Amino acid sequence: MPTQTAERTRPVEAVVPASGRQAARARRAQRTKDWARRAPLLPALVFLIIVTQLPFLATVVISFIRWNALAPDNRGFAAFDNYKAVFTDHAMRSSVLTTVLLTVTVVLVSLLLGLGLALLLDRGFRGRGIVRTLLITPFLVVPVASALLWKHALYNTSYGLLNGVLTWIWGLFGSDNPPQPDWMTDSPLAAVEVSLIWQWTPFMMLILLAGLQSRPTDAVEAARMDGASPFDIFRCLTLPHLRRYLELAALLGTIYVVQNFDAVFTITSGGLGTANLPYTIYQTFYQAHDYGRASAQGVIVVLCSLLVATFALRTVSSLLREEVTR
Amino acid sequence: MGVTSVALALSLTVAGCSGGFGAASKGGSDSINVLMVNNPQMVDLQKLTAEHFTKKTGIKVKFTVLPEDDLRDKMSQDFSSQAGQYDVASLSNYETPIYARNGWLAPLGERAAKDPQFDQKDILAPLRKSLTAADGKIYAEPFYGESSFLMYRKDLLKAAGLSMPKQPTWREVAKMAAKLDGYRKGLKGICLRGQPGWGQVIAPLSTVVNTFGGTWFTKDWKAKLDSPEFTRATQFYVDLVRQHGEAGAPQAGYTECLNNMQQGKVAMWYDATAGAGSLEGKDSKVAGKVGYAPAPVEKTPSSGWLYTWAWGVQKASTHQDAAWKFVRWASGKEYEQLVGRTLGWASVPGGKRASLYRNQQYLENSGAFAQATKQAISSARPDDAGVQPRPAPGIQFVGVPEFADLGTKVSHEVSSAIAGKQSVSEALKKSQRLAQEVADAYADR
Repeated sequence: MPTQTAERTRPVEAVVPASGRQAARARRAQRTKDWARRAPLLPALVFLIIVTQLPFLATVVISFIRWNALAPDNRGFAAFDNYKAVFTDHAMRSSVLTTVLLTVTVVLVSLLLGLGLALLLDRGFRGRGIVRTLLITPFLVVPVASALLWKHALYNTSYGLLNGVLTWIWGLFGSDNPPQPDWMTDSPLAAVEVSLIWQWTPFMMLILLAGLQSRPTDAVEAARMDGASPFDIFRCLTLPHLRRYLELAALLGTIYVVQNFDAVFTITSGGLGTANLPYTIYQTFYQAHDYGRASAQGVIVVLCSLLVATFALRTVSSLLREEVTR
Repeated sequence: MGVTSVALALSLTVAGCSGGFGAASKGGSDSINVLMVNNPQMVDLQKLTAEHFTKKTGIKVKFTVLPEDDLRDKMSQDFSSQAGQYDVASLSNYETPIYARNGWLAPLGERAAKDPQFDQKDILAPLRKSLTAADGKIYAEPFYGESSFLMYRKDLLKAAGLSMPKQPTWREVAKMAAKLDGYRKGLKGICLRGQPGWGQVIAPLSTVVNTFGGTWFTKDWKAKLDSPEFTRATQFYVDLVRQHGEAGAPQAGYTECLNNMQQGKVAMWYDATAGAGSLEGKDSKVAGKVGYAPAPVEKTPSSGWLYTWAWGVQKASTHQDAAWKFVRWASGKEYEQLVGRTLGWASVPGGKRASLYRNQQYLENSGAFAQATKQAISSARPDDAGVQPRPAPGIQFVGVPEFADLGTKVSHEVSSAIAGKQSVSEALKKSQRLAQEVADAYADR
């Protein structure tokens, strides 16, 4: 109701009190009103705290305990031993580097590919709907299934599609000795990256396409009338408009790809220097059954992610503010 | 699988310790909870239980079926807290002695001895031994057993003018692999696992190490991964795979090798006896063309590994009698007959009872590899796998809790040596350090 909103936006201090009691009553009324607004949100907030913060607290507690499931008699307070073990662990250090490499490569490449595809899909042509659906499909495939598909149907040296195509092409020129590269052995990390890029490009494309569709067309029309080349339009109009979408896509993509486990687990089993952080934690937890150390690893990863995410969110939140003030 | 899920899993564990959080319903004496691995033979068991077990005994069985890694994790959580959520679980001969030493399992030997119908003596001796803990009691009953042997294409060997000796040595096998390599277009000499994992590349590699005279640890807990014997064995294995092995070896495990063998891409395959059933299956192109030889040796009389999925009963279970009834049914002779009659003889969970290998119907359906399998399992020596005394039992593993992690870490180094990313001595130098850490913890005790 309009009257209510008018009342609500008027600051409490603006009501000039005739007496102290009246002021108190006004304040009380205001507080009641505030709580009436907040109360319905409380259950959701409490639920959120229970399902996200309590497990994390438990993890923090366990990370200070010496606890290996297979050695039940040897349990106790470990102080910082687990953290010491994590920081001196060579596998952990190399997996940090792997995670950074993997994430940055996958996010950047799929962002560029997604941008290209989004620009192509932004124009009207026959069959656009079908093409768009087909392009989105990789994102809908179950991650484990897509990893298996890449491992067996594409990369495999003896019965994979990639080497089959090479054989076929060489066969066209009458050679029966085609090169048969061993994709997953020669470039294991790239093999994992390519399968992930295939999966995440549609996601980037979707976000950027949404951005392109919300572009005001009159400015582009005007630029075209003024004789700007398509490249100029892209550089001076499209890209600045897309900036926030690019940043959002990169941020979301990073959050998801950092956590990737399926591709590493399935394609290379973490071998040949492809073990990323989630895989290393999995190994500590499921192979070594060392709950204490796995928790310490988890806590460290969360802290590092928080650091990175804070900076990333800061850039994005400035954009969000921009959005609101517009 | 992010950090959150680890955290969540852990918080559930904590809750579990503080009094049966989310424990499955503990029904009356006529219902038990069974936790088992998701192998095909187990899935068959699940199908047959209601009609053939529950009908006779009135005991309801609730199954929880999980992949191997998840199973190990859930099992260690439930058993270590003795929450009693699961009455029966499928354990391998790797866990059984470890769990028994921790006091998590109920001994089954006496019950079995009092049960003439179960016929404990019918179970192959190495399996009985591998499920016996340090205190001399039996803690689990096998569901099926396997060893390793050499599978080879009879037709290709004949065409190449080679013949397989009764007991091949590794040197002979390497020579044959060299000869068969490229004998036909696209044919490789031999398939050996190279995929990282303590249950993948480490299993066949450890059997090679044993028979070359190497060992992971000495009796008094000194790591020996950089010893000349261990190095020679690993170098031999890596060279053989790199020179005459399958393509894509660093990612090839049991499944990939099975595919290669079925597609006719390799002439020989050294792996689990369970592979033979698939090679002789209806849809296999090489059925009837495969011969079976004992695991190749060098310094030991036999070298095949020993692995079994067996049923253990949790000590804290309040349904000990019902649990035993289930175990004796699932591991019994009648169950083998039942599967043979209803699902076909190829699906029988074999490799555990001598009587199965006297069964005419079974032999007719798996004659090609039945005797070779029994021979391989019977000649396995889990207590004396190498040429020197050892601190813990096990052929293709070392029976200590730390081995799963250590073996997996070492497997990554070996796998990367197979990929040519580092030399064998480099891989073993790093592995030796890891193994010494484990050994030090034991030497102090």
